Parts: sequence; C-alpha cells; structure tokens
Amino acid sequence: MNDVKLALYRVMLRIRRVQERIEARYLEDHMKTPVHLCIGQEAIAAGVCLALGPGDSVQSNHRGHGHYLAKGGDLKALIAELHCKAGGCSGGFGGSMHLVDTAVGFLGSSSIVGGGIPIATGIGLAMRLRRADRVSVVFFGDGAADEGVLYESLNFAMLRRLPVVYVLEDNQWAVCSPRQGRQCGDNVFLRGADPDRLFAARLDGNDAVLVHAAAQTAVTRARSGAGPSLLVCDTYRILGHSGCKSQDPAGYRQDSEIEDWARRCPVARLRQSLVAEGLLAPAAEAALEAAIAREIDEAFAFAAASPLPDAANLSRHLFCE
Amino acid sequence: MPWTKIRPDADEPDYGLDAAGHGRRLGHAAALREALSLALTLDERVFVMGQGVDDPGGMFGATRGLHQQFGGERVFDTPLAETALTGVAVGAALAGMRPVYLHNRPDFLFLALDQLANHAAKWRFMFGGAAPPVPLVVWACIGRGWGSAAQHSQALQGIFQHIPGLKLVMPSTCHDAKGLLLAAIGDDNPVVVIDHRFNFRNKGPVPEGPYYVPLGQGVVRRPGRDVTVAGFSHLVNDAFVAAEELAREEGIEAEVVDLRTIRPLDEALLLASLARTGRLVAVDTGWKTGGVAAELAAVAVEKGFAHLRAPVVRVTCPDLPTPAGYSLEAAYYVGKQQIKDAIRRLAAS
Repeated sequence: MNDVKLALYRVMLRIRRVQERIEARYLEDHMKTPVHLCIGQEAIAAGVCLALGPGDSVQSNHRGHGHYLAKGGDLKALIAELHCKAGGCSGGFGGSMHLVDTAVGFLGSSSIVGGGIPIATGIGLAMRLRRADRVSVVFFGDGAADEGVLYESLNFAMLRRLPVVYVLEDNQWAVCSPRQGRQCGDNVFLRGADPDRLFAARLDGNDAVLVHAAAQTAVTRARSGAGPSLLVCDTYRILGHSGCKSQDPAGYRQDSEIEDWARRCPVARLRQSLVAEGLLAPAAEAALEAAIAREIDEAFAFAAASPLPDAANLSRHLFCE
Repeated sequence: MPWTKIRPDADEPDYGLDAAGHGRRLGHAAALREALSLALTLDERVFVMGQGVDDPGGMFGATRGLHQQFGGERVFDTPLAETALTGVAVGAALAGMRPVYLHNRPDFLFLALDQLANHAAKWRFMFGGAAPPVPLVVWACIGRGWGSAAQHSQALQGIFQHIPGLKLVMPSTCHDAKGLLLAAIGDDNPVVVIDHRFNFRNKGPVPEGPYYVPLGQGVVRRPGRDVTVAGFSHLVNDAFVAAEELAREEGIEAEVVDLRTIRPLDEALLLASLARTGRLVAVDTGWKTGGVAAELAAVAVEKGFAHLRAPVVRVTCPDLPTPAGYSLEAAYYVGKQQIKDAIRRLAAS
C-alpha cells in the first residue's frame, strides 16, 4: 500500500510539474497549439492508470496530458508535439489535443467532446472478440456527459458485458458553462442502472488512493467478464478551459470557488499524508523534484532541437497504404 | 409491400465481360452475401454488425443466415445508436478488428457522421501515421421507391465525397458488388460503400471464390466516339441501355464509363475517354449542387479542358428532398430517358 501511495504521488507530481512548466512557458509562443491543462485533476489519471497493465488501452480527450503521462506516454514526444515538431508523438500533425503512444496502449485521443467514449467501447469489443485479457478505459468530462453518445455506449457495453471502464472527470465546467446550467441534478450518475450490468461509483476524484481502489475494482470486474463500470470522479479544473492562467476570461466563476478547490489539491493532499506517515523524507522529496525538473528540461530541449515537420509529407498520412 | 423484398428479376446489361463467371449468375444480394461470407471465413478479424443483420430478411438478403453460419458474436444486431456503434466500429478497428457495419437506410448515416468524418477519416492523418489504421467498412443502401420519401431514400455520396480520408465506393454490377466489397474489407482504411436498391433487381455473372476489384479503378462498359457518359451505380446500367438504344435508333455512339469508386476517382480513365469523345454527360443519383456529378464536371474542366468540345452536362436529381408519391417520384428521379436526352443534346452540339 505504501508503495502504491508513493507511486501515485510520483505520477501525480510529474503531471503537475509538466503542466506548470507548460503554463509558465506558454506565453513565449513556441507552443502554437491550444493547451488544456489538468492541474487539479491529477489524482484521477494517476489513480486509474496505475490500476492498468501495459496491454490495457486508454482513450482520452482534449485535456489529455495527464492521461498520456500516467499511462506511460513518452514525455519528450509530448512536449515536442506541443511545439508541433516532427519529433512529437503525432509528428506535429496532432498538436496538444491529439496525443498517441501505441507502445503503451494510448491509441490516440479525440478533441470532439465525447468522441472517445464509443471508440473505447469498440476497443473493449475487440478485446472481447479476441479473447484478450485486457481492459479499455476512457476518460471524459462532465461536458461529454451531456452528449447522448455516452448513454448509447454504456447501453451497448452493458448489453455485451464489455471490459470497459468509463471514467467521468466531473470538473464542473465546460469551457465557461457551469454544470448546473447544463445538467439536471445527478442525471449523469446512473443510479438506476442494473448493478449487475454496470458497476457505478461516485467518488472524491481528488483522493488518489480512493480513485485507485475504485479503479482496481472496475478493472478486476472487467477482466472477470462481468462488464463495464462507470466511475464518476468529482474534481475541479483549477485553470481555465485552455491556454494559461492569464488567458482565462474573468467573471464566469467566483475566485472563492477556485480557492476552495485549490485547498483540496490532490497532490498536496497525498504529499501531506505521505509526510505524516513518514513515507516521504525531505531528501527523497528533493531528489524526486530534481529528477522531474531535469526530465522536463530535457524534454523541452528535445522539443526545441526537433525539426519542424517536412511539408513534403503533408498528404502522406491520409491513408494507410 | 414489394420494397421490403426485392427479387432479382432483371439481367444486367451484357457488358461482355463475363468470361470469368463461367456462366454462373447471381443476384446482387447473393453476391454481397457471398462476399461477406468469404470475408468472415478468410479473416477471423472480420465481423458484421448492423440493425437487422440477423433478421429473417437479412438486409435485403445480403446478410441472410450469416449469424447462424458464423455465430451471434461475429454477426450481430445493434441497438438504435448509430453514433456510438460507428465509434464502436472505429475502436474495434483501431484494436485490430475489421468491422463491417451495414445500414439498410443511408439516412441514418447522418447520425454516424461524427465518428466517420471526425474520427475514422482523420485518425491516421491526425496522429501523423503513428496511430493504428482504421480498417472499417460502412455499407449503406439507397432506399428508393415505394413511397420511401425524404428521410428514407437519400443519396449521400456527395457528402461523403467531400471528406478526405474516406474511400467511397458505388458498385453497379453483381460482379463488382462482391469484388469491391471484398476489396473494401481488405483495405486498411475506412471505406463507405453506397449501394442502390435498384441494383438488387439484377442478376449477373459472379465468379466463385474470392476476388478483388481494386478501389479507384473504373472500367469502360461500352466504347463510343461521340459522347462520354460517366457515373456510378445503377445509372451506369441506365446509361448503357440509353447508349445502346441511341446507337440503334440514331447512330449516336456514346461511351459509358463506370467509375466504380468516387474516392479515389479514376481520373485517368475519365480523361482518356474525354480525349476520345470531347463531350461529357456526368450522371449521379444524388443532388446536383456540389455533388458527385459536379466533381466529375470539375475534373473534366480542370484537367481535360483541351479535349472539351461542348459544355459538360449534368444529369442528377434536383436539389430537393425526395417526395413520397409515385407521380412525384417520377418527376424527381433521373434515369435512362434523361440520360438519353442529354446524350442526344450533347451529340448535336
């Protein structure tokens, strides 16, 4: 358990520091692609992905840096992609919203809100048809839960008992629209679904240990052939919808709301617990921070040195020959 | 209701291409069924889905009994959820399967457009070739006739034609229905096959065993020197009959070009024919504005202008929703007569 908590912390801290660095450097304008940062939501990516094996697959969305990193996606390729360079994970064709790393089961992320939900369902179907002992996971926000495709997909996954874990990161905001203006009460949380067909849980998405435990339950269920799960994780988007902090339009949410949630920071919370339990000594923490900082420096250096995509390749990837 | 069951009662025009068929003639539905059955037999990654594929009717007969032969796990009925199920096909394809998703009414493809246009068509490109391929086939049949009206009979090829990353096929013969479907299933890219219910009336030569009609390769169905008629699907058959009649009745020799796939388009074949005749009638069952016939005309003007001796003529349905009533349908749809008129007019110019 202690090992798990430390592992969760490492993954979360790394995601946080990467996001912070992107945020800090975004106005330099070398990253010419919209970034959607996940500061405040790290516990969900880490908690779920640490319950997965390398053969399991993850579908993600426009706010996908954390999912990509937690699943083991290459950091250098991520930062290079944010610079739209040839060394990026999508060769500069995808930008920040279209990340891919097939080696770790990250088969590509969609920026159509909800678009990954049926795709993950289909990946789950393929796993079932191929008798593979694998699990398909999809991360999406409360905005995507407004889309009907979620309910179509859940229905099909329940019908066929597919090994799919649907992870709703309810961060309360869709661009500048609050959840209560878009959804009637708790309708996303399918309390009415047959528990035999769907394991559904609503949990504190800022508690990494809790998320991890729920994810393990869902993954075990999927591997057993019992069917899909829906994890509704309450969390909060600390930064704006896209770009860096200074670019967030003012006036659509209360500062006090942000401050309340910042006090519930998932990274600080786990750190506090580790320190209190004597699992994170100052020296070890400093070493971890230094290692992450060095890795991020290297990734930015790699991105800067990477060439731009060759325009001669513009049409090369339209079709698979 | 005759439109729920179509019995093949008409022979395809004799294109003189039948040597390989050894005289075996199959209906269009049987040809499609044979392609699906072969694909399911030859490749365990193939599965077939669609609303009603395991119905007794079996998608006009194209999927009849396949679920019994191959099991309900590989041939299965779907909920009424075209958006999600198209995404399911995309995801399954990404994870190494080869789904074939059949729709007996094309109109519901509008619900599937998000996954087809936003996802399947872009997946390779969007990840710079680093994502897995998306080898899926979406098959849909244009449901014309018997009062199908505005939401059950649309010809959507013009819309799919516009989207880079999708291959788009429209067969005209039983032979091609089988060979093109097998080629589409074997293709590593997303392919949309739009079939036509009028094709299902036909019987034609269909070789046994697997064979593949390459995507992007058209064929000259009838050589001629005066006018080129180019198009897809059942209008090719109409054009052939129109050309035969005009040759017999008025001595006008029209060349009939079956382009078979809309994307990729066999531009070389079209332009070579244009070089011989200098005149083009572009025919399509879809709408006129920004449609498939408009694209053929654009190719002719852009790349074959030097050959043109007269303006291009388009024979298409009008820019209107489809009416239900049979007298209105008669005014709406185009066929042999309109093609004949166009050829005659153009030959005289």
